[in-house]
Amino acid sequence: MATEVHNLQELRRSASLATKVFIQRDYSDGTICQFQTKFPPELDSRIERQLFEETVKTLNGFYAEAEKIGGSSYLEGCLACATAYFIFLCMETHYEKVLKKISRYIQEQNEKVFAPRGLLLTDPVERGMRVIEISIYEDRCSSGSSSSGSSSGSGSSSAGGGGAGTR
Amino acid sequence: MPPGGGGPMKDCEYSQISTHSSSPMESPHKKNKIAARRKWEVFPGRNKFFCNGRIMMARQTGVFYLTLILILVTSGLFFAFDCPYLAVKITPAIPVVGGILFFFVMGTLLRTSFSDPGVLPRATPDEAADLERQIDIANGTSSGGYRPPPRTKEVIINGQTVKLKYCFTCKIFRPPRASHCSLCDNCVERFDHHCPWVGNCVGKRNYRFFYMFILSLSFLTVFIFAFVITHVILRSQQTGFLNALKDSPASVLEAVVCFFSVWSIVGLSGFHTYLISSNQTTNEDIKGSWSNKRGKENYNPYSYGNIFTNCCVALCGPISPSLIDRRGYIQPDTPQPAAPSNGITMYGAMQSQSDMIWDQ
Repeated sequence: MATEVHNLQELRRSASLATKVFIQRDYSDGTICQFQTKFPPELDSRIERQLFEETVKTLNGFYAEAEKIGGSSYLEGCLACATAYFIFLCMETHYEKVLKKISRYIQEQNEKVFAPRGLLLTDPVERGMRVIEISIYEDRCSSGSSSSGSSSGSGSSSAGGGGAGTR
Repeated sequence: MPPGGGGPMKDCEYSQISTHSSSPMESPHKKNKIAARRKWEVFPGRNKFFCNGRIMMARQTGVFYLTLILILVTSGLFFAFDCPYLAVKITPAIPVVGGILFFFVMGTLLRTSFSDPGVLPRATPDEAADLERQIDIANGTSSGGYRPPPRTKEVIINGQTVKLKYCFTCKIFRPPRASHCSLCDNCVERFDHHCPWVGNCVGKRNYRFFYMFILSLSFLTVFIFAFVITHVILRSQQTGFLNALKDSPASVLEAVVCFFSVWSIVGLSGFHTYLISSNQTTNEDIKGSWSNKRGKENYNPYSYGNIFTNCCVALCGPISPSLIDRRGYIQPDTPQPAAPSNGITMYGAMQSQSDMIWDQ
């Protein structure tokens, strides 16, 4: 079944949410933030395995960079302590800078790779860094109807909430 | 065909709210009412918020005020009554050093008490349902009538098997080292303990401030105690012991407070120094998770191997930003985590959204 190519705006307006897939954290290296690169079966028909893995690996790389322990992070910590942490009123921490990079990357990936395939990535920081939430949208043939088309229970709360305002 | 998400409100009787843009609902004057609510106002844990979400503390703060009063009164008396004499008799460096210590103690105390210790936000209804589904598949269909086995997942970290427990309140599998604080009703990352003296949990984000607080407080207590004794001794040499006590009665009070505090605070600092150097939390130490008594093969998988690295990481490592976004505005289409008192997860999400809709 060929899926139509959507852009990001159209996706939110005319497509309806079918289901969500959650990529869980990978704790095998300890408490650092890494996500599992295992390919979920629900995405099998939607996106190439390689593209998906590449996205998750890049995200993992970003998080490793944010939490990297080395000279520069010690310097930042000592400088912050010496200024009684007032320095953070003026500048943002290294971690926050990397998080901004990550959300730009996710936005870019959504526009270029995922939205054309009817998928949407949610930034893990909005889910407490627990999961990467991938929303899978189905095409709606008739435009304007945005009733909660999801049959599974998981999608109905958000789609139902969205539907309540439109009808 | 309905107009796009940014179309003028006058043209349609209803506007779509499924887009993520902040396009308001029906009438413009209702916008303020709905957009005014920030996320801290609907935070599900048992916390108190001040300054419009900037400050976060536990619910019981009585002991925290006691801590504040003890420190402020003792230091105040020291600066008012002992320092003038000592500055003249010995050196003016004494009040200066005392002042620096005092500000450091207050700064770290307030930082520990007011910051987010590393609270993990609760699972959204979608996530919770997905996890439940996976657990049911893993357990197989359980026959009704008996309680299903506790939900745990095992991971291998650095060669050690660590059990991740499922939190029934937050509906998540707790990351390693996280624990659920029953007083605050939150899961906290790298949970150390709940400190009533500080009025907050001590966790990943505020552990270093807590440590610096107790360390600097030990120094301050010892400092005040030593110089109060010196003051009384010097005065006694001039006017006799009883007269010295009569001339500065505040010194007696300070000496008593410091004497009783110094044992516990210095002891606590020593204990936490040991914890930091071995990269353990109070929680793990109390349970004996990584002690040799459990077995020869038991070791701490989080330790970096040497004391220096462990200390550096604990005190100077990167601080992750707060995950709960207290001051963000609630988006009308975002599903809110359900309250645990309702057994049904969907109901909570619908209720918070219908509250907003009926608020008009």
